[in-house]
Amino acid sequence: MNGTFVFIDNKEIPIENEQNLLELIRKARVDLPTFCYHSELSIYGACRLCMVQVEGMGLVPACSTPPTPEMKVSTNTEEIRKMRKIIVELLLANHSQNCPTCQKSTTCQLQALAKRFGITKVRFKNQLREMPPDESSPSLVRDPNKCVLCGDCVRICSEVQSVGAIDFAYRGAQTVVIPSFGKALDQVECVNCGQCARICPTGALTPKSEVDEVWKDIHNPSKVVVAQVAPAVRVAIGEMFGLPPGTTTTGQIAAALRAIGFDKIYDTSFTADLTVLEESGEFIKRVTTGDRIPQFTSCCPAWVKFVEQYYPEFVNHLSSCRSPQQMFGALAKEMLSSELNVRPEDVVVVSIMPCTAKKFEAKRPEFEHDGVRDVDHVLTTQEFGRMIEEAGLHFKELGPESFHMPFGFKTGAGVIFGNSGGVSEAVLRYVSEKLTGQKHESYEFTSVRGENGIREAKLSVAGNEFTLAVVSGLGNARRVLDRIRSGEAHYDLVEVMACPGGCVGGAGQPVFSDPVVRRQRTKGLYENDRMLELHKSQDNPYITELYGTVLGEVGSHKAHELLHTSYRTRKRILDEDVSISSGDEKSLDISVCFGTSCFLKGSQKLLHDILGHIRSKGLNARVNVNASFCFEKCDKGPTIKVGSRTIEGCTIEKAIEAIKREGVALAEEVRQNV
Amino acid sequence: METIRKFERVCEIIDHNQRNAARLIPILQAVQAEYRYLPEEILTFVATSLGISPARVFGVATFYSLFTLKPKGKYLIRVCNGTACHVKGSMGLYGAIVKKLGLREGEDSTPDMLFTVETVNCLGACGLSPAMVVNDEVYGQLTPQRVSDIVDEIVLKEAQNESDAHGA
Ligand code: SF4
Ligand code: SF4
Ligand code: SF4
Ligand code: FES
Ligand code: FES
Ligand code: FES
Repeated sequence: MNGTFVFIDNKEIPIENEQNLLELIRKARVDLPTFCYHSELSIYGACRLCMVQVEGMGLVPACSTPPTPEMKVSTNTEEIRKMRKIIVELLLANHSQNCPTCQKSTTCQLQALAKRFGITKVRFKNQLREMPPDESSPSLVRDPNKCVLCGDCVRICSEVQSVGAIDFAYRGAQTVVIPSFGKALDQVECVNCGQCARICPTGALTPKSEVDEVWKDIHNPSKVVVAQVAPAVRVAIGEMFGLPPGTTTTGQIAAALRAIGFDKIYDTSFTADLTVLEESGEFIKRVTTGDRIPQFTSCCPAWVKFVEQYYPEFVNHLSSCRSPQQMFGALAKEMLSSELNVRPEDVVVVSIMPCTAKKFEAKRPEFEHDGVRDVDHVLTTQEFGRMIEEAGLHFKELGPESFHMPFGFKTGAGVIFGNSGGVSEAVLRYVSEKLTGQKHESYEFTSVRGENGIREAKLSVAGNEFTLAVVSGLGNARRVLDRIRSGEAHYDLVEVMACPGGCVGGAGQPVFSDPVVRRQRTKGLYENDRMLELHKSQDNPYITELYGTVLGEVGSHKAHELLHTSYRTRKRILDEDVSISSGDEKSLDISVCFGTSCFLKGSQKLLHDILGHIRSKGLNARVNVNASFCFEKCDKGPTIKVGSRTIEGCTIEKAIEAIKREGVALAEEVRQNV
Repeated sequence: METIRKFERVCEIIDHNQRNAARLIPILQAVQAEYRYLPEEILTFVATSLGISPARVFGVATFYSLFTLKPKGKYLIRVCNGTACHVKGSMGLYGAIVKKLGLREGEDSTPDMLFTVETVNCLGACGLSPAMVVNDEVYGQLTPQRVSDIVDEIVLKEAQNESDAHGA
């Protein structure tokens, strides 16, 4: 269609490869309002805000109308203006009226449109059926009273993340976007990546705030409050204060934290450096012995939960390294209390993260010891920005200050963790020197950089060929895992970040929807790397010192205790069993797992055979049979439970034997009770 | 053993539809024919075996009015409240049934799960208005008295079946 054009408000606009009128209208520099159009998602065409007048066609939605040569488009007729106003008014009539107290206030697109169209009063009666907000998730708050049903969250969750935790339900005026069966978000398969909240135009999905708890600890004189700042935060927070995306504000962040009242200010990039050593050590060991290859990175908690839920057979491929956030927490609790001479429970670790999933990670039971959490609170970049505003600081004008040592010292390798490809590159910078035993001048491995959601790189290091996959977005991760599983693809190391582009595009970052913003932040991090004195984690003198004084060597017992963890397979949806047959009260409970893994491994046939056995032995009255969903032993399925015993890799023979064994016990119990 | 039969039937339905997610609607229809409603755990099972998210299945099940997630009584009475029937006093009929069955505000089924009452929009029997359907049988030109008699007939029939079953 090149060489042709359309008329937009009488201006000639060439058609270049645009698939729809909306893109052309934007090219004509007209800012058409939209709720449901995103270049990263499929076209839904439901909000009707993008309606334009096309000669000979009447009113059409620009987002879903392909351009044809010489089309005449008007974007601002009286009819269109009236209609837009009505749409926004109708949305407001169905909307919670609590704008000033909403987290999205000032970044909400509904609010912005109301202002833009000069809506000073709503002519329709308020129709809102007040529904309680869902605050069950550690990462997100879902307030259905603010939802405009644009479906953006639904599509990003299923199309980009391949999770599908939320969807439309009911119809007409009853339509809502909710998790399955109206369950709470923490009861379903949501991995807490928060991409839905990032894209939501209103305050219907927002990161859960921990600001109040943090202020409380800051104001408590007996607490020593320690901050750790993740790499991606430094190139994004400036956006909340009028700086362009990608501007590095490390010094201002330190100054702001100090002014707010944090006692110690450290850098998560320091523990990212530490992660590089531990994870590379593990990689070298595994790749040379051919043990659980590919190794998967483990620093993204949304990805980790994704594997635990959907790929039980790959759980042991995850690196056992804790994420930099959790390594920091463990070290801080271990070392700072003696160093600063306070009780361990009085050291409060606050992380500043680009991420909502980090809130979930900090609450994982693995990261709590004797009732003390390694990380006490997780603030998103946005929440930190709000604290800066609340404290009345002029962020832009703050004179740069420095972080505290030793955990404030980092190399460039620890900084690029904030973008997709960064972990891989940092690991390569270490592995290449470790395996060759030589120091290299250069440090950049540009082959792992780039913007595609799936990138592959082949490298030869000291005579070894390594194949890497660098993945961002969980839908992409699913594609890669499926290819690994089917044997179509082979990799040695797979890096996965749940958010497209990595943590720079995390849901805790200042609100953005244009992918250009993400690109600029990534650029900012690479520039940061170049500006720093050191670029390789192994050159970080404080890391060397830490091994000397506390950890011993890479992969040591002490390192394992503080810096590594374990994973588990995980049920997707918490719910009840399907009762298949029930005997009397004293009956033996038999549950057959019908979760996806076990189902694929033949639990249907197994159930059939068990029922056949029960029937033939006349045990109907003595057993309750249930179909259950996942005993979290998915890698070893099919799994059944007989009484209190879980039987993995179950066959009909094993099942019969177990029933027999429990059956004897049952008979004895009955005898005793007589 | 009734539940086993039903569950095995669900497995059959899914296999019969080649575990094809595009066949979700016919699958749900067939499942509902077994249970007379769509139990939550069965929907999760359907989602699992079709490889789609439970939220999507829930969305489809709640979108179409032909599906119900609440158990329904053995006799489903659907009173038409389409325009023709409405004009002929269908809401009076509805009120009469609710009163006859002793349903309280917000209840649509009797505690013994024998009856469920609903309203629908036009049964396509406008010539017979006011009309209603009990399970598959259409009744037309109804009066509150006639409706009450229909309920009595069903109760009587059920009582007889019951005693026959016990007598046998
Ligand atoms: S947080 Fe991620 S997984 Fe959870 S509902 Fe939102 S997009 Fe889906
Ligand atoms: S929650 Fe937000 S993104 Fe999802 S449909 Fe509602 S308004 Fe749109
Ligand atoms: S990619 Fe980064 S920001 Fe996104 S969920 Fe993972 S750790 Fe969080
Ligand atoms: S943006 Fe076109 S219909 Fe919503
Ligand atoms: S699917 Fe998880 S144990 Fe069966
Ligand atoms: S209006 Fe009742 S059958 Fe048509």
